[in-house]
Amino acid sequence: MLGEGIIQGLVETARNFFGSYVEKDRLTTVQYPEERHTLPEASRNFPFLLYDGTDPEAGLRCVACQICEKECPPRCIHIEKSKDKKPDFVGKQQAYPVVFDIDVAVCMSCQICVEVCPFDAIRMDKEFELSTSNRFGGLLWTKKELAKPNEYYRKIHPVEAAETDERREQELAAAQAKAAAAEAARAAQTSASATPGEASGNGASAPPAKTVVPQ
Amino acid sequence: MSGPVVDDPIAVKPIAGPGEIMEVSMGPHHPSTHGVFRMDVRLDGERVVRLKPVFGYLHRNHEKIAEHGAYLASIPYTDRLDYLCSMTNNWGYVLAVEKLAGIAVPERAEYIRVIVGELTRFQNHAGLIGFLLQDMGASGTPLMYAFREREKILDLFEALSGARMMCNYMRFGGVRVDCSAEWLDEVRQLVGRLPRFLDEFESLLRANEILMARTQGVGVLPRELAISAGVTGPLLRASGVNYDIRKVDKYGIYDRFDFRVPLGDHGDVYDRYMVRLLELREMLKILEQALRDIPEGPVMDPKTRLRGLRPKAGEAYGRIESPKGELGFFLISDGTGNPYRYRVRPPSMINLTILEDMCLGQNIADVVIILGSVDIVLGEVDR
Ligand code: SF4
Ligand code: SF4
Repeated sequence: MLGEGIIQGLVETARNFFGSYVEKDRLTTVQYPEERHTLPEASRNFPFLLYDGTDPEAGLRCVACQICEKECPPRCIHIEKSKDKKPDFVGKQQAYPVVFDIDVAVCMSCQICVEVCPFDAIRMDKEFELSTSNRFGGLLWTKKELAKPNEYYRKIHPVEAAETDERREQELAAAQAKAAAAEAARAAQTSASATPGEASGNGASAPPAKTVVPQ
Repeated sequence: MSGPVVDDPIAVKPIAGPGEIMEVSMGPHHPSTHGVFRMDVRLDGERVVRLKPVFGYLHRNHEKIAEHGAYLASIPYTDRLDYLCSMTNNWGYVLAVEKLAGIAVPERAEYIRVIVGELTRFQNHAGLIGFLLQDMGASGTPLMYAFREREKILDLFEALSGARMMCNYMRFGGVRVDCSAEWLDEVRQLVGRLPRFLDEFESLLRANEILMARTQGVGVLPRELAISAGVTGPLLRASGVNYDIRKVDKYGIYDRFDFRVPLGDHGDVYDRYMVRLLELREMLKILEQALRDIPEGPVMDPKTRLRGLRPKAGEAYGRIESPKGELGFFLISDGTGNPYRYRVRPPSMINLTILEDMCLGQNIADVVIILGSVDIVLGEVDR
Protein backbone atom coordinates (compact mmCIF):
# COMPACT_ATOMS: atom_id res chain seq x y z
CA MET A 1 0.00 0.00 0.00
CA LEU A 2 1.33 3.41 -0.87
CA GLY A 3 2.16 5.32 2.27
CA GLU A 4 2.75 2.26 4.38
CA GLY A 5 6.45 3.00 4.68
CA ILE A 6 5.75 6.54 5.81
CA ILE A 7 3.35 5.37 8.47
CA GLN A 8 5.83 2.77 9.66
CA GLY A 9 8.42 5.51 10.09
CA LEU A 10 6.01 7.70 12.00
CA VAL A 11 5.28 4.82 14.36
CA GLU A 12 9.00 4.60 15.13
CA THR A 13 9.20 8.32 15.78
CA ALA A 14 6.25 8.10 18.14
CA ARG A 15 7.80 5.11 19.90
CA ASN A 16 10.98 7.07 20.48
CA PHE A 17 9.15 10.18 21.56
CA PHE A 18 7.04 8.48 24.20
CA GLY A 19 9.81 6.04 25.07
CA SER A 20 12.10 8.90 25.99
CA TYR A 21 9.89 9.63 29.01
CA VAL A 22 10.32 6.19 30.49
CA GLU A 23 13.57 4.78 29.16
CA LYS A 24 16.99 6.09 30.07
CA ASP A 25 18.34 4.44 26.95
CA ARG A 26 16.31 6.69 24.68
CA LEU A 27 17.06 9.97 26.37
CA THR A 28 20.72 10.36 27.02
CA THR A 29 21.19 14.11 27.02
CA VAL A 30 22.03 16.07 30.15
CA GLN A 31 21.62 19.80 30.71
CA TYR A 32 25.30 20.56 30.64
CA PRO A 33 26.46 23.32 32.91
CA GLU A 34 24.04 22.34 35.67
CA GLU A 35 24.15 18.61 35.12
CA ARG A 36 27.35 16.76 34.33
CA HIS A 37 28.42 13.27 33.43
CA THR A 38 31.13 11.90 35.64
CA LEU A 39 34.18 11.40 33.51
CA PRO A 40 35.74 7.94 33.41
CA GLU A 41 39.07 7.52 35.13
CA ALA A 42 41.02 7.17 31.89
CA SER A 43 39.70 10.46 30.54
CA ARG A 44 42.43 12.91 29.65
CA ASN A 45 42.65 16.46 28.56
CA PHE A 46 45.76 18.39 29.43
CA PRO A 47 49.03 17.46 31.12
CA PHE A 48 50.11 18.67 34.54
CA LEU A 49 53.30 18.29 36.55
CA LEU A 50 53.26 16.30 39.74
CA TYR A 51 54.97 17.31 42.95
CA ASP A 52 55.38 15.42 46.21
CA GLY A 53 54.71 17.02 49.58
CA THR A 54 53.55 20.59 49.91
CA ASP A 55 56.18 22.65 48.13
CA PRO A 56 55.67 22.75 44.35
CA GLU A 57 59.28 23.88 43.86
CA ALA A 58 61.12 21.41 46.04
CA GLY A 59 58.83 18.46 45.45
CA LEU A 60 58.57 18.73 41.68
CA ARG A 61 59.28 15.31 40.24
CA CYS A 62 60.42 16.52 36.86
CA VAL A 63 64.18 16.26 36.40
CA ALA A 64 64.25 18.21 33.13
CA CYS A 65 65.46 15.24 31.12
CA GLN A 66 63.62 16.80 28.17
CA ILE A 67 62.41 13.50 26.75
CA CYS A 68 58.84 14.73 26.65
CA GLU A 69 59.93 17.93 24.94
CA LYS A 70 61.56 15.86 22.22
CA GLU A 71 58.74 13.34 21.82
CA CYS A 72 55.73 15.68 21.98
CA PRO A 73 54.32 15.48 18.43
CA PRO A 74 53.42 19.18 18.01
CA ARG A 75 56.44 20.24 20.14
CA CYS A 76 54.42 22.38 22.50
CA ILE A 77 56.59 21.79 25.59
CA HIS A 78 59.43 24.15 26.34
CA ILE A 79 61.94 23.25 29.05
CA GLU A 80 65.02 24.98 30.34
CA LYS A 81 67.24 22.82 32.47
CA SER A 82 68.81 24.12 35.68
CA LYS A 83 72.57 24.43 36.16
CA ASP A 84 72.41 23.34 39.82
CA LYS A 85 70.84 20.23 41.25
CA LYS A 86 68.44 19.25 43.99
CA PRO A 87 67.78 15.89 45.60
CA ASP A 88 64.89 13.84 44.23
CA PHE A 89 62.65 11.53 46.24
CA VAL A 90 65.34 8.88 46.74
CA GLY A 91 67.91 11.51 47.61
CA LYS A 92 69.76 11.46 44.33
CA GLN A 93 70.98 14.79 42.99
CA GLN A 94 69.01 15.71 39.89
CA ALA A 95 68.55 18.76 37.75
CA TYR A 96 65.18 20.49 37.72
CA PRO A 97 63.37 22.60 35.14
CA VAL A 98 63.91 26.33 35.54
CA VAL A 99 61.29 26.88 32.87
CA PHE A 100 58.60 24.38 31.97
CA ASP A 101 55.94 25.78 29.64
CA ILE A 102 53.18 24.05 27.74
CA ASP A 103 51.19 25.87 25.13
CA VAL A 104 47.54 25.01 25.75
CA ALA A 105 46.57 26.16 22.29
CA VAL A 106 48.96 23.74 20.61
CA CYS A 107 48.70 20.69 22.88
CA MET A 108 46.51 18.04 21.31
CA SER A 109 45.94 15.98 24.47
CA CYS A 110 47.65 12.95 23.06
CA GLN A 111 49.31 11.71 26.24
CA ILE A 112 52.59 10.87 24.52
CA CYS A 113 54.47 12.99 27.07
CA VAL A 114 52.97 10.93 29.90
CA GLU A 115 53.89 7.68 28.22
CA VAL A 116 57.52 8.57 27.62
CA CYS A 117 58.30 10.22 30.97
CA PRO A 118 60.47 7.78 32.96
CA PHE A 119 60.07 9.72 36.22
CA ASP A 120 56.27 9.69 36.70
CA ALA A 121 56.52 13.44 36.63
CA ILE A 122 53.81 14.37 34.17
CA ARG A 123 50.23 13.13 34.06
CA MET A 124 46.97 13.97 32.31
CA ASP A 125 44.35 16.16 33.93
CA LYS A 126 40.63 15.76 33.41
CA GLU A 127 39.89 19.48 33.60
CA PHE A 128 38.38 20.51 30.28
CA GLU A 129 36.98 23.99 30.86
CA LEU A 130 40.17 25.74 29.91
CA SER A 131 38.87 28.63 27.88
CA THR A 132 40.24 32.04 28.67
CA SER A 133 39.77 35.54 27.41
CA ASN A 134 43.49 36.18 27.50
CA ARG A 135 44.82 34.55 24.39
CA PHE A 136 48.48 35.30 25.02
CA GLY A 137 49.42 34.70 28.63
CA GLY A 138 46.32 32.69 29.38
CA LEU A 139 47.17 29.98 26.91
CA LEU A 140 50.78 29.51 27.87
CA TRP A 141 50.95 27.58 31.10
CA THR A 142 54.10 27.82 33.13
CA LYS A 143 55.50 25.63 35.88
CA LYS A 144 53.39 27.50 38.39
CA GLU A 145 50.07 26.65 36.75
CA LEU A 146 51.13 23.17 35.75
CA ALA A 147 52.34 21.92 39.13
CA LYS A 148 49.73 19.97 41.05
CA PRO A 149 50.15 17.85 44.18
CA ASN A 150 50.11 14.07 44.23
CA GLU A 151 46.89 14.17 46.28
CA TYR A 152 45.18 15.73 43.28
CA TYR A 153 46.44 12.92 41.07
CA ARG A 154 45.14 10.38 43.58
CA LYS A 155 41.77 12.06 43.46
CA ILE A 156 41.32 12.13 39.68
CA HIS A 157 43.02 8.85 38.76
CA PRO A 158 42.76 6.66 41.91
CA VAL A 159 43.73 3.32 40.35
CA GLU A 160 46.60 4.66 38.28
CA ALA A 161 47.91 6.76 41.16
CA ALA A 162 47.89 3.79 43.53
CA GLU A 163 50.01 1.82 41.08
CA THR A 164 52.46 4.67 40.64
CA ASP A 165 52.71 5.26 44.38
CA GLU A 166 53.39 1.61 45.04
CA ARG A 167 56.11 1.49 42.43
CA ARG A 168 57.74 4.60 43.82
CA GLU A 169 57.63 3.24 47.36
CA GLN A 170 59.39 0.13 46.18
CA GLU A 171 62.01 2.23 44.43
CA LEU A 172 62.48 4.29 47.57
CA ALA A 173 62.78 1.18 49.75
CA ALA A 174 65.29 -0.34 47.35
CA ALA A 175 67.30 2.87 47.30
CA GLN A 176 67.24 3.12 51.11
CA ALA A 177 68.30 -0.50 51.47
CA LYS A 178 71.12 0.05 49.08
CA ALA A 179 72.20 3.24 50.83
CA ALA A 180 72.06 1.47 54.20
CA ALA A 181 74.17 -1.37 52.84
CA ALA A 182 76.69 1.07 51.46
CA GLU A 183 76.69 2.94 54.78
CA ALA A 184 77.27 -0.30 56.69
CA ALA A 185 80.05 -1.28 54.33
CA ARG A 186 81.70 2.10 54.75
CA ALA A 187 81.41 1.86 58.56
CA ALA A 188 82.91 -1.62 58.54
CA GLN A 189 85.69 -0.42 56.33
CA THR A 190 86.62 2.60 58.49
CA SER A 191 86.56 0.56 61.70
CA ALA A 192 88.74 -2.15 60.17
CA SER A 193 90.86 0.17 57.98
CA ALA A 194 93.03 -2.76 57.16
CA THR A 195 93.87 -3.68 53.57
CA PRO A 196 93.83 -0.90 50.95
CA GLY A 197 92.76 -3.40 48.23
CA GLU A 198 89.56 -4.23 50.04
CA ALA A 199 88.76 -0.55 50.60
CA SER A 200 88.90 0.28 46.90
CA GLY A 201 86.69 -2.71 46.16
CA ASN A 202 84.00 -1.44 48.56
CA GLY A 203 84.34 2.09 47.36
CA ALA A 204 83.02 1.12 43.93
CA SER A 205 79.61 0.15 45.31
CA ALA A 206 79.33 3.23 47.52
CA PRO A 207 77.54 5.74 45.18
CA PRO A 208 73.79 5.78 45.67
CA ALA A 209 71.71 3.40 43.65
CA LYS A 210 70.61 4.33 40.19
CA THR A 211 66.92 3.59 40.40
CA VAL A 212 65.62 5.15 37.28
CA VAL A 213 67.25 5.07 33.90
CA PRO A 214 66.96 8.43 32.16
CA GLN A 215 67.91 7.31 28.63
CA MET B 1 25.61 34.02 -14.67
CA SER B 2 28.21 33.34 -17.28
CA GLY B 3 28.45 31.63 -20.59
CA PRO B 4 30.68 28.65 -21.20
CA VAL B 5 34.16 29.41 -19.98
CA VAL B 6 36.58 29.37 -22.89
CA ASP B 7 39.82 28.48 -21.14
CA ASP B 8 38.25 25.47 -19.48
CA PRO B 9 40.30 22.29 -19.95
CA ILE B 10 37.13 20.28 -20.35
CA ALA B 11 35.03 22.55 -22.47
CA VAL B 12 31.31 22.56 -21.98
CA LYS B 13 29.43 22.15 -25.20
CA PRO B 14 27.23 25.13 -25.97
CA ILE B 15 23.67 24.10 -25.53
CA ALA B 16 21.08 24.37 -28.19
CA GLY B 17 18.13 26.64 -27.71
CA PRO B 18 17.64 29.59 -25.44
CA GLY B 19 19.22 29.71 -21.99
CA GLU B 20 22.67 29.80 -20.58
CA ILE B 21 24.93 27.62 -18.55
CA MET B 22 25.12 28.80 -14.97
CA GLU B 23 28.13 28.22 -12.83
CA VAL B 24 27.43 27.67 -9.14
CA SER B 25 30.07 27.33 -6.50
CA MET B 26 28.72 24.98 -3.86
CA GLY B 27 30.91 25.35 -0.83
CA PRO B 28 33.40 25.66 0.75
CA HIS B 29 30.83 26.48 3.41
CA HIS B 30 27.82 24.61 2.24
CA PRO B 31 25.77 22.50 4.63
CA SER B 32 25.83 19.56 2.26
CA THR B 33 29.59 19.25 2.14
CA HIS B 34 30.00 18.39 5.83
CA GLY B 35 33.24 20.30 5.97
CA VAL B 36 35.22 22.63 3.83
CA PHE B 37 34.83 21.34 0.33
CA ARG B 38 33.75 23.05 -2.85
CA MET B 39 32.00 21.80 -5.91
CA ASP B 40 32.22 23.88 -9.03
CA VAL B 41 28.94 22.99 -10.72
CA ARG B 42 27.84 24.05 -14.19
CA LEU B 43 24.13 23.88 -14.61
CA ASP B 44 21.87 23.79 -17.56
CA GLY B 45 18.65 24.72 -15.84
CA GLU B 46 18.55 22.24 -12.96
CA ARG B 47 20.67 19.67 -14.72
CA VAL B 48 24.36 19.23 -13.96
CA VAL B 49 26.53 19.39 -17.05
CA ARG B 50 29.87 19.59 -15.33
CA LEU B 51 31.12 19.27 -11.79
CA LYS B 52 34.58 19.83 -10.49
CA PRO B 53 35.42 18.90 -6.90
CA VAL B 54 37.81 21.41 -5.35
CA PHE B 55 39.52 20.39 -2.16
CA GLY B 56 42.57 21.22 -0.10
CA TYR B 57 41.01 23.68 2.32
CA LEU B 58 41.90 21.48 5.27
CA HIS B 59 45.39 20.56 4.15
CA ARG B 60 47.62 20.19 7.20
CA ASN B 61 50.74 18.68 5.70
CA HIS B 62 50.14 15.40 7.45
CA GLU B 63 52.59 13.36 5.42
CA LYS B 64 55.54 15.71 5.72
CA ILE B 65 54.95 16.21 9.43
CA ALA B 66 55.07 12.44 9.86
CA GLU B 67 58.31 12.25 7.92
CA HIS B 68 59.89 14.65 10.38
CA GLY B 69 58.64 12.96 13.51
CA ALA B 70 59.33 9.69 15.24
CA TYR B 71 57.21 6.66 14.39
CA LEU B 72 55.37 7.01 17.69
CA ALA B 73 54.60 10.69 17.15
CA SER B 74 52.55 9.98 14.02
CA ILE B 75 49.92 7.91 15.80
CA PRO B 76 48.05 10.87 17.34
CA TYR B 77 48.18 12.61 13.97
CA THR B 78 46.50 9.68 12.25
CA ASP B 79 43.56 10.18 14.63
CA ARG B 80 42.95 13.41 12.83
CA LEU B 81 42.80 12.02 9.30
CA ASP B 82 39.29 10.66 9.33
CA TYR B 83 38.37 12.29 12.56
CA LEU B 84 35.25 10.20 13.03
CA CYS B 85 37.16 6.92 12.99
CA SER B 86 40.39 7.41 14.90
CA MET B 87 40.62 3.77 15.96
CA THR B 88 40.71 2.38 12.44
CA ASN B 89 43.18 5.06 11.36
CA ASN B 90 45.50 4.04 14.18
CA TRP B 91 45.10 0.48 13.11
CA GLY B 92 46.10 1.10 9.49
CA TYR B 93 49.19 2.98 10.55
CA VAL B 94 50.37 0.56 13.22
CA LEU B 95 49.81 -2.31 10.80
CA ALA B 96 52.19 -0.67 8.34
CA VAL B 97 54.80 -0.08 11.05
CA GLU B 98 54.43 -3.64 12.29
CA LYS B 99 55.05 -4.95 8.78
CA LEU B 100 58.01 -2.64 8.38
CA ALA B 101 59.68 -3.53 11.66
CA GLY B 102 58.48 -7.12 11.91
CA ILE B 103 56.60 -6.71 15.18
CA ALA B 104 54.23 -9.40 16.41
CA VAL B 105 50.97 -8.52 18.16
CA PRO B 106 49.64 -10.49 21.14
CA GLU B 107 46.38 -12.35 20.74
CA ARG B 108 44.36 -10.28 23.18
CA ALA B 109 45.44 -7.04 21.52
CA GLU B 110 44.23 -8.37 18.18
CA TYR B 111 40.83 -9.04 19.65
CA ILE B 112 40.64 -5.63 21.27
CA ARG B 113 41.54 -4.10 17.91
CA VAL B 114 38.73 -5.94 16.22
CA ILE B 115 36.26 -4.87 18.91
CA VAL B 116 37.16 -1.20 18.80
CA GLY B 117 37.51 -1.31 15.02
CA GLU B 118 34.03 -2.68 14.51
CA LEU B 119 32.56 -0.27 17.06
CA THR B 120 34.18 2.53 15.08
CA ARG B 121 32.68 1.21 11.88
CA PHE B 122 29.31 1.01 13.57
CA GLN B 123 29.28 4.59 14.72
CA ASN B 124 30.61 5.79 11.38
CA HIS B 125 27.92 4.01 9.35
CA ALA B 126 25.11 4.95 11.73
CA GLY B 127 26.25 8.57 11.65
CA LEU B 128 26.65 8.57 7.88
CA ILE B 129 23.15 7.21 7.33
CA GLY B 130 21.85 9.87 9.68
CA PHE B 131 23.64 12.59 7.71
CA LEU B 132 22.49 11.18 4.39
CA LEU B 133 18.88 11.21 5.51
CA GLN B 134 19.37 14.69 6.87
CA ASP B 135 20.62 15.80 3.44
CA MET B 136 17.45 14.39 1.95
CA GLY B 137 15.34 16.51 4.20
CA ALA B 138 14.60 14.20 7.11
CA SER B 139 16.00 16.94 9.22
CA GLY B 140 17.19 15.91 12.60
CA THR B 141 15.29 12.82 13.59
CA PRO B 142 17.36 10.00 12.04
CA LEU B 143 20.56 11.85 12.71
CA MET B 144 19.71 12.31 16.37
CA TYR B 145 18.84 8.62 16.74
CA ALA B 146 22.15 7.70 15.16
CA PHE B 147 24.06 10.11 17.33
CA ARG B 148 22.37 8.84 20.45
CA GLU B 149 23.86 5.39 19.82
CA ARG B 150 27.15 6.82 18.65
CA GLU B 151 27.38 8.65 21.95
CA LYS B 152 27.25 5.36 23.85
CA ILE B 153 30.09 3.99 21.74
CA LEU B 154 32.13 7.14 22.24
CA ASP B 155 31.62 6.85 25.99
CA LEU B 156 33.10 3.37 25.82
CA PHE B 157 36.05 4.72 23.86
CA GLU B 158 36.59 7.38 26.46
CA ALA B 159 36.58 4.85 29.28
CA LEU B 160 39.11 2.76 27.39
CA SER B 161 41.45 5.22 25.76
CA GLY B 162 40.80 8.50 27.53
CA ALA B 163 39.30 10.38 24.61
CA ARG B 164 36.06 10.17 22.74
CA MET B 165 37.26 10.90 19.25
CA MET B 166 41.03 11.37 19.25
CA CYS B 167 41.66 8.00 20.85
CA ASN B 168 45.38 7.54 20.13
CA TYR B 169 44.89 4.03 21.41
CA MET B 170 46.80 1.55 19.27
CA ARG B 171 50.53 1.11 19.33
CA PHE B 172 52.80 -0.94 17.14
CA GLY B 173 53.05 -4.20 19.02
CA GLY B 174 49.60 -4.03 20.55
CA VAL B 175 47.36 -1.48 22.21
CA ARG B 176 48.21 1.11 24.82
CA VAL B 177 46.22 -0.12 27.78
CA ASP B 178 44.35 -3.30 28.51
CA CYS B 179 40.60 -3.22 28.77
CA SER B 180 39.00 -4.27 32.02
CA ALA B 181 36.45 -7.03 32.44
CA GLU B 182 33.84 -4.38 33.30
CA TRP B 183 34.55 -2.58 30.08
CA LEU B 184 34.04 -5.77 28.09
CA ASP B 185 30.79 -6.35 29.96
CA GLU B 186 29.61 -2.89 29.02
CA VAL B 187 30.41 -3.58 25.38
CA ARG B 188 28.49 -6.84 25.62
CA GLN B 189 25.49 -5.03 27.03
CA LEU B 190 25.68 -2.42 24.32
CA VAL B 191 25.98 -5.02 21.57
CA GLY B 192 22.94 -6.72 23.07
CA ARG B 193 20.94 -3.51 22.83
CA LEU B 194 22.02 -2.46 19.35
CA PRO B 195 19.83 -4.87 17.32
CA ARG B 196 16.74 -3.12 18.64
CA PHE B 197 18.18 0.21 17.55
CA LEU B 198 18.91 -1.24 14.11
CA ASP B 199 15.40 -2.58 13.72
CA GLU B 200 13.96 0.81 14.51
CA PHE B 201 16.50 2.65 12.43
CA GLU B 202 15.70 0.45 9.47
CA SER B 203 11.94 0.59 9.65
CA LEU B 204 12.14 4.35 10.16
CA LEU B 205 12.82 5.05 6.50
CA ARG B 206 13.81 1.94 4.59
CA ALA B 207 10.40 1.43 3.00
CA ASN B 208 9.54 5.10 2.90
CA GLU B 209 8.05 5.87 -0.49
CA ILE B 210 9.43 9.38 -0.66
CA LEU B 211 12.91 8.18 0.15
CA MET B 212 12.73 5.49 -2.50
CA ALA B 213 11.52 7.89 -5.14
CA ARG B 214 14.30 10.24 -4.21
CA THR B 215 17.19 7.78 -4.17
CA GLN B 216 16.50 4.90 -6.51
CA GLY B 217 18.26 5.28 -9.84
CA VAL B 218 20.01 8.42 -8.64
CA GLY B 219 23.78 8.76 -8.87
CA VAL B 220 24.38 5.39 -10.45
CA LEU B 221 27.98 4.23 -10.35
CA PRO B 222 28.51 1.46 -12.90
CA ARG B 223 30.50 -1.53 -11.76
CA GLU B 224 33.24 -1.17 -14.39
CA LEU B 225 33.80 2.48 -13.63
CA ALA B 226 33.94 1.79 -9.90
CA ILE B 227 36.63 -0.83 -10.43
CA SER B 228 38.70 1.18 -12.87
CA ALA B 229 38.59 4.30 -10.71
CA GLY B 230 39.92 2.44 -7.68
CA VAL B 231 36.83 3.03 -5.62
CA THR B 232 36.70 0.96 -2.43
CA GLY B 233 34.50 0.40 0.56
CA PRO B 234 30.69 0.40 0.73
CA LEU B 235 30.59 2.56 -2.38
CA LEU B 236 32.22 -0.21 -4.41
CA ARG B 237 30.17 -2.97 -2.82
CA ALA B 238 26.95 -1.10 -3.56
CA SER B 239 27.92 -1.37 -7.23
CA GLY B 240 28.00 -5.11 -6.84
CA VAL B 241 31.73 -5.80 -6.51
CA ASN B 242 32.57 -8.26 -3.79
CA TYR B 243 35.68 -6.68 -2.38
CA ASP B 244 36.21 -6.28 1.32
CA ILE B 245 39.78 -6.14 2.61
CA ARG B 246 38.72 -7.92 5.77
CA LYS B 247 37.96 -10.88 3.53
CA VAL B 248 40.62 -10.36 0.86
CA ASP B 249 43.59 -9.63 3.09
CA LYS B 250 42.37 -11.10 6.35
CA TYR B 251 44.59 -8.68 8.25
CA GLY B 252 44.78 -9.09 11.99
CA ILE B 253 42.54 -12.00 12.90
CA TYR B 254 39.64 -11.41 10.51
CA ASP B 255 39.97 -14.94 9.14
CA ARG B 256 38.49 -16.23 12.40
CA PHE B 257 35.16 -14.49 12.14
CA ASP B 258 32.11 -15.57 10.31
CA PHE B 259 30.42 -12.67 8.57
CA ARG B 260 29.00 -11.82 5.20
CA VAL B 261 29.68 -8.94 2.84
CA PRO B 262 26.47 -7.24 1.68
CA LEU B 263 26.42 -6.25 -1.97
CA GLY B 264 24.24 -3.94 -3.99
CA ASP B 265 22.82 -4.41 -7.46
CA HIS B 266 22.31 -1.04 -9.01
CA GLY B 267 24.98 1.16 -7.51
CA ASP B 268 22.57 3.98 -6.81
CA VAL B 269 22.15 6.04 -3.66
CA TYR B 270 19.52 3.66 -2.28
CA ASP B 271 21.87 0.70 -2.65
CA ARG B 272 24.60 2.55 -0.82
CA TYR B 273 22.18 3.31 1.98
CA MET B 274 21.04 -0.31 2.16
CA VAL B 275 24.54 -1.78 1.97
CA ARG B 276 25.52 0.26 4.99
CA LEU B 277 22.42 -0.74 6.89
CA LEU B 278 23.15 -4.39 6.22
CA GLU B 279 26.80 -3.98 7.13
CA LEU B 280 25.73 -2.71 10.51
CA ARG B 281 24.18 -6.11 11.20
CA GLU B 282 27.31 -7.94 10.11
CA MET B 283 29.39 -5.85 12.48
CA LEU B 284 27.28 -6.98 15.37
CA LYS B 285 28.01 -10.58 14.36
CA ILE B 286 31.74 -9.93 14.39
CA LEU B 287 31.48 -8.13 17.71
CA GLU B 288 29.58 -10.99 19.30
CA GLN B 289 32.16 -13.51 18.17
CA ALA B 290 35.08 -11.37 19.26
CA LEU B 291 33.54 -10.72 22.67
CA ARG B 292 32.93 -14.43 23.13
CA ASP B 293 36.43 -15.53 22.16
CA ILE B 294 38.65 -12.82 23.59
CA PRO B 295 41.46 -14.50 25.55
CA GLU B 296 43.38 -13.28 28.59
CA GLY B 297 46.97 -12.25 28.22
CA PRO B 298 49.26 -9.31 27.54
CA VAL B 299 48.19 -6.55 25.18
CA MET B 300 51.64 -5.34 24.27
CA ASP B 301 54.67 -7.10 22.94
CA PRO B 302 57.21 -6.36 25.71
CA LYS B 303 60.13 -6.29 23.30
CA THR B 304 58.71 -3.47 21.22
CA ARG B 305 60.50 -0.16 21.50
CA LEU B 306 57.86 2.49 21.24
CA ARG B 307 60.22 5.36 21.71
CA GLY B 308 63.15 5.47 19.33
CA LEU B 309 61.95 2.73 17.00
CA ARG B 310 64.39 2.33 14.11
CA PRO B 311 63.16 -0.21 11.60
CA LYS B 312 65.64 -1.68 9.16
CA ALA B 313 65.75 0.00 5.75
CA GLY B 314 62.89 -1.20 3.61
CA GLU B 315 59.30 -0.47 2.75
CA ALA B 316 55.88 -1.68 3.81
CA TYR B 317 52.29 -1.10 2.88
CA GLY B 318 49.66 -1.71 5.50
CA ARG B 319 46.04 -1.55 4.51
CA ILE B 320 42.77 -2.07 6.30
CA GLU B 321 39.11 -1.89 5.47
CA SER B 322 38.30 1.41 7.11
CA PRO B 323 34.60 2.32 7.29
CA LYS B 324 35.08 4.37 4.14
CA GLY B 325 37.16 1.97 2.08
CA GLU B 326 40.73 0.88 1.72
CA LEU B 327 42.87 2.92 4.06
CA GLY B 328 46.50 2.29 3.31
CA PHE B 329 49.75 3.58 4.76
CA PHE B 330 52.93 3.27 2.77
CA LEU B 331 56.17 3.64 4.65
CA ILE B 332 59.77 3.68 3.51
CA SER B 333 62.42 3.42 6.17
CA ASP B 334 66.04 4.35 5.67
CA GLY B 335 67.05 2.95 9.02
CA THR B 336 66.68 6.18 10.96
CA GLY B 337 64.17 7.10 13.63
CA ASN B 338 61.70 8.72 11.26
CA PRO B 339 60.23 7.41 8.03
CA TYR B 340 61.93 8.44 4.80
CA ARG B 341 58.59 8.48 3.05
CA TYR B 342 55.15 8.30 4.54
CA ARG B 343 52.13 8.17 2.32
CA VAL B 344 48.46 7.78 3.12
CA ARG B 345 45.99 6.29 0.69
CA PRO B 346 42.81 7.98 1.84
CA PRO B 347 39.68 6.13 0.74
CA SER B 348 37.41 9.17 0.75
CA MET B 349 39.61 11.13 -1.58
CA ILE B 350 39.82 8.37 -4.15
CA ASN B 351 36.09 7.73 -3.86
CA LEU B 352 35.55 11.40 -4.53
CA THR B 353 37.23 11.28 -7.93
CA ILE B 354 34.16 9.74 -9.57
CA LEU B 355 31.80 12.33 -8.14
CA GLU B 356 31.39 14.05 -11.49
CA ASP B 357 30.55 10.81 -13.29
CA MET B 358 27.81 10.09 -10.80
CA CYS B 359 26.36 13.59 -10.95
CA LEU B 360 26.30 14.32 -14.67
CA GLY B 361 22.76 14.67 -15.93
CA GLN B 362 21.27 14.67 -12.43
CA ASN B 363 19.44 17.50 -10.80
CA ILE B 364 21.32 19.93 -8.60
CA ALA B 365 19.39 18.76 -5.55
CA ASP B 366 20.60 15.22 -6.17
CA VAL B 367 24.23 16.30 -6.07
CA VAL B 368 23.80 16.84 -2.36
CA ILE B 369 22.63 13.31 -1.64
CA ILE B 370 25.12 11.75 -4.05
CA LEU B 371 27.91 13.48 -2.21
CA GLY B 372 26.36 12.37 1.08
CA SER B 373 26.28 8.76 -0.06
CA VAL B 374 29.98 8.77 -0.93
CA ASP B 375 30.86 9.31 2.75
CA ILE B 376 33.74 11.73 2.81
CA VAL B 377 35.56 13.27 5.71
CA LEU B 378 37.59 16.26 4.74
CA GLY B 379 40.31 15.63 7.27
CA GLU B 380 41.21 12.58 5.27
CA VAL B 381 40.62 14.01 1.80
CA ASP B 382 42.90 16.97 2.33
CA ARG B 383 45.27 15.51 4.93
S1 SF4 C 1 60.04 13.46 30.53
FE1 SF4 C 1 59.27 13.74 32.59
S2 SF4 C 1 61.07 14.16 33.83
FE2 SF4 C 1 61.69 14.42 31.68
S3 SF4 C 1 61.42 16.59 31.33
FE3 SF4 C 1 59.49 15.61 30.73
S4 SF4 C 1 58.21 15.68 32.56
FE4 SF4 C 1 60.29 16.14 33.19
S1 SF4 D 1 49.61 15.71 25.58
FE1 SF4 D 1 50.67 15.43 23.62
S2 SF4 D 1 50.61 17.45 22.68
FE2 SF4 D 1 50.11 17.76 24.82
S3 SF4 D 1 52.07 18.22 25.79
FE3 SF4 D 1 51.77 16.01 25.98
S4 SF4 D 1 52.82 15.15 24.20
FE4 SF4 D 1 52.54 17.34 23.80
